This record gives sequence, C-alpha cells and structure tokens, in this order.
Amino acid sequence: MPKSLYEKVFDRHVVRPLTGGQHQLFIGLHLIHEVTSPPAFQDLRDRGLTVRHPERTFATQDHANPTTSLLRPYADRENEGQVQALERNVEAFGIRYFSPERGEHGIVHVIGPELGLTQPGMTIACGDSHTPTHGAFGAIAFGIGTSQIRDVLATQTLVMEKLKVRRIEITGRLRPGVYAKDVALHLINVMGAKGGVGFAHEFAGPVVERFSMEERMTLCNMAIEGGARCGYVNPDATTYAWLRGRPYVPGGAAWERAVRDWDSIRSDIDAPYDDLVTIDGSTIEPMVTWGVSVDQSVPVTGTIPTDTEDAGIADAADFMGWQPGQAIAGTPIDVAFIGSCTNGRLSDFQAVADLLAGRDLKVAPHVKALIVPGSQQVRNELVARGLDKLFVTAGFEFREAGCSMCLAINPDRLEGRQVCASSSNRNFKGRQGSPTGRTLLMSPVMVAAAAIAGAVTDPRTLFGTLQ
Amino acid sequence: MAHRSRISGTALVLRGNDIDTDRIIPARFLKGVSFAGLEAHVFADERSALRARSRMHPFDDAQRRGARILVVNKNFGCGSSREHAPQALQRWGIAAVVGESFGDIFAGNSVAIGMPCLRVSERDAALLQEAVEADGARTFAVDLEEKTIRSGNLVVPVDLSDGARAQLLEGTWDATAVLLAAGPQIEKTAARLPYLNGWA
Repeated sequence: MPKSLYEKVFDRHVVRPLTGGQHQLFIGLHLIHEVTSPPAFQDLRDRGLTVRHPERTFATQDHANPTTSLLRPYADRENEGQVQALERNVEAFGIRYFSPERGEHGIVHVIGPELGLTQPGMTIACGDSHTPTHGAFGAIAFGIGTSQIRDVLATQTLVMEKLKVRRIEITGRLRPGVYAKDVALHLINVMGAKGGVGFAHEFAGPVVERFSMEERMTLCNMAIEGGARCGYVNPDATTYAWLRGRPYVPGGAAWERAVRDWDSIRSDIDAPYDDLVTIDGSTIEPMVTWGVSVDQSVPVTGTIPTDTEDAGIADAADFMGWQPGQAIAGTPIDVAFIGSCTNGRLSDFQAVADLLAGRDLKVAPHVKALIVPGSQQVRNELVARGLDKLFVTAGFEFREAGCSMCLAINPDRLEGRQVCASSSNRNFKGRQGSPTGRTLLMSPVMVAAAAIAGAVTDPRTLFGTLQ
Repeated sequence: MAHRSRISGTALVLRGNDIDTDRIIPARFLKGVSFAGLEAHVFADERSALRARSRMHPFDDAQRRGARILVVNKNFGCGSSREHAPQALQRWGIAAVVGESFGDIFAGNSVAIGMPCLRVSERDAALLQEAVEADGARTFAVDLEEKTIRSGNLVVPVDLSDGARAQLLEGTWDATAVLLAAGPQIEKTAARLPYLNGWA
C-alpha cells in the first residue's frame, strides 16, 4: 500500500500500540537545551530513574547565553543558573554537550543539522516548538513539553497519536527578491495560524525541490506558526549533498546503504493524503507581518487591513498602533535583528553581505542593528570570509551565537514601545522582551533594507533588482 | 494515579483567538529551573496592560478566583512548546480548558499534567461563555465518560481524542510508568532501525 514519508517513518518507530489509538513511539534523536530541560531532570531524580539511552540525547545552550560575551559567570544570575543546571545534568547522566567552551554551541536547530545529527528517516524530539526545522531532511521532528522530555529521557519513547498529513505543493518559480521566509509567511497568511492544527505538512513542488537545504529549513521551521506540529520535505540529492561528510554522518559503504534507505522512505508517488493544497509560488511577494499573530502579514507594498469588525485584527492594530489603511512601507524601526533558528544560517548572512558589499550602505543612525549567528560554526565561517568586518563597517553589531532577541530571555531585548524588524519567527505580544514592544517579521534581506533605510522598505527598491 | 472522569466548579472566560503561550506566560518567567510559583505570573503582561487602562482581566476578577474551568475560543495555546503555560494555569487553579481548538503541543502538555483540553463548537463556546459571564457563582461539570459539560439545564457535547480521554479515565496521563512497562520491546524497536545499526 502506498504511503507518505510521515507514515513510513512513524510506522518504523512504533514500539507498541496503546489504548485509544495512541502509540508508543521510539525517538531516534533527542535534543535538549537549558530552558525546558531542568525540571525534567529533577523529575527523573525525584522518581529514582535514569536516562535510558544517553547516547541518543545531545545538549547545547542557546536561549540563555548572552551574545556580547560568553565569559562566565553570566551577568544575569538566572541565565547562569539554567546553564549550570544543564552542565550538572549532562555530567551526571553522561550526555554529549556542545558547549561554548569547546566552540561548539549554537541554536539547537542550527547545530543538529550542521553536525549531521539530523538525518532522514529519524524521529526527532526537542523541548522547543521549532523542532520541525529538522523535517527539512525528511525526518519526523516535533516540539515537546517538559513532561515529555522526562519521558524521552527515561524511556527513549513517547505517547503519540498519528497526525493527518497535508501535502502543500508550491508551484512555479519565485520572483527575484522573494525568499524562503516570504514563502513561509505567505503560506501562513493564506492558511491561517491554526490551518495546520492536527496535521503534519509535507512541503513539495518545484519551488521546494529547487530550494537549498537552508531554505528548506526556514520553511519547515515555520510549520508550527501555521499550526502544524511537524513539517517535512522528502529527501533528495540536495539533502544528500548537504549531509555527506558531516561529523555524525556515516562514510564509505555505510553511506551508500544509508542513501538507499533514505530513498526508500520518500513518499510514494501515489501516497494518500488527508489534504492537498497548491500554492502558486510565482505570485508570492516579499512579506512582512503587521500584527501579533504570524498569519497577520501583507506584501511589503501593502497596507494594514481595515476590517475593524474582526476583533483579532482590531486588537492587533490597536496594540501595534496602526491607522487603518496605512502603508506598511515607511514604518520607522528602532531595532533590526538578523538571526534565529529561522534565519540564522550561513546563507542568510551571506545573502545580506552580498547586497552590502561594495555599496557603501550604512545602518541608519537611530537603528540598533544586530547580526547574531545561529551557531559558533556559522560565526567562525562568517569571520573566515571576512563578513564580520563588512557588517561592522556597515554599522551592524556582530554578536556571539544564540537565540538572542527571538525570545529575549538573555540580555538582548526591546525596550518600551520599540519597533523591531526581525528575521525571527514570532510577532506575539511581548515576544522580544518588552511587554509593549512591537515585532515586524520579514526575511533577513528585508531586515537589512529596513536597518539601512531606518524604516520598512521594499528590498527590491533599495538594493535594485535582486536575484 | 487516580482516574479523572469528572471536573466541576465555577468557570471563567477568556475571549479571543490565537492566544499564544507567550501571552499565557511571558518568556521572562521561563528563567527558573522549576515550575514552582508560575501561578503568580499567568497572563502577567495582559493583566498589567489592562490595569493600566483601568480595566480588569478575567484572571484578576476576585469573584472568579476559585474558577476551575477556563472557556476560550480558537487555537488557544498556539506557539511555543513551553510546558510553563499549562503548568501556570493548573497551579493557578484551572483543572480543565474548554474551547473551539487548541495548539497541538499545548494540548499534549496539558494532558501530560492531567488537565484536559476539550473542544466544543463555535456556537457552544459562545453559549458557554455567555452563561459563565452572566453568573460568576454558576458551577459547571465536565464529564469525560459521557463527553459533556453540564450546568443545570445546559448540556453541551465536548470532544477530545480517544487517546487523551483514555489516559485521563485510566489515570495514566503521567505516561512514564506506561512507557517503561514496554521493557525490552523498546530496545527491540531500536534494533530494527537502520540508522542505529549502520544501515546493515
């Protein structure tokens, strides 16, 4: 019987059926960080349990560390406390920890793929909602809570229900100046923030097939913002080329066997789906969010909706301080943030650097602009290419790696009513650390354009025709 | 663990769609290493924003302080996977959430701590919200066996997945013991997985 990748991978990992249509599912890769794991380890200790497969859990720190300096102890005592708890736990239970001291830390969804820990056909769980990022490789990857972290630590399994599967085909060809981030924002705008509730999303079609791995990661990363707990792309030659030679990826004869296996888990051509959606990629514009839910977005050439009958729109417009019908372009910004698990990878920064190079463009004097690499490896590569100097010359601050101002539990945060042009993934009220702060989500290139202009700007205009 | 089939008490209403977990518990309250004390910070920013406008958030209404059932609208608990959100609600006193739809991770986290998220139709959500707002002392009873919420003559059908319902009725929402009971079947599954065995 033909099956989708989701079904094939799920079925492989079923330990046994449970009551009520649930399954006990084996978790192939468990990733942890300092914010959501400490109570799970404490719970484990309280129950006299241990970590059943410490070799299948990998740790890093990303949310709490400052990005100005990684010198310990961290100035914020709570940040320091969470990192110390993580250090104690990985030591006590024998878990491999990718630390700043060893030059290995980074956002968990950046370093997993970088190290080749993330592979097609795995089940991957992490106490972080952006875990679908790893689905870009053809893995079934999803966010879990702290009680479930405890379950994975104690048993390497979880209680799971099978999701429905929706195939989303993105057809045609993206226009110049339109990036994977714009595709993600457009999809969420069309389908709504709750459109994916109860579904795994299979992203497919010519636009996705042409995407690089980093673009696929951006798209899958945002699956949760459309309500889907899980998003994935079928593995192909692009996937294999990216994986080959990475530290945790097998070489030699095992590599050949792995590729044959990975080919076999692709969705069958006649696989059944619970839903099928087709989006014409050639109509997608550079997108920017105007509201406090990720589906509240418009093309950068657009205007704020005027539908004040809709309580959600009215509340968001009130919080953001818009006049009905106002154009979004020209909105002054205070802060520009390029980074996060959505857009903190090498190609995101390279795309911005390519536009800055040789143009003598400077960040507007009133704008605080941050470049925060997604991992120390990304940071090292940017330095090796000399791009740190290019960014600093243009007026950006070049920071240490971490989640930083995406959720702002380290010292990087908005103040008061500041407006931030951000390449991150959430525009929720208070998300960037100030209860009244305002976030406009967009692609890294549009953030750079906003930083330079000092206001939301169509990057196609500022930088000329984009490729 | 005791089974959980009936949850009754007074209720409170939180209107609006897409209420995300950052709103339920802002990220700055995620900096501790335990969930203790989170109840003090549930909806912290929304509550202070309303106080600043001389308005009252439902969680600040003294009349509702004993409420056990929270009635919401669509996609409640979307966003971040932070279990701090259902933990904060439960520690505040909420024992069941009734709404039109829920974020998948939030709903799973809620069941894992024994707090069901029950789906009702848009019409029934409106009906319940009106009834709750009209009388702060009115009590409601969620019955997981018959999948209803009742109050006097009002009877509304509620839905939740068979799996979550079974976990609550059987008292196995804390799943660790059930999962451990699989014993060596866990390692048998691992032994079948190509990537854990060199694709041999």
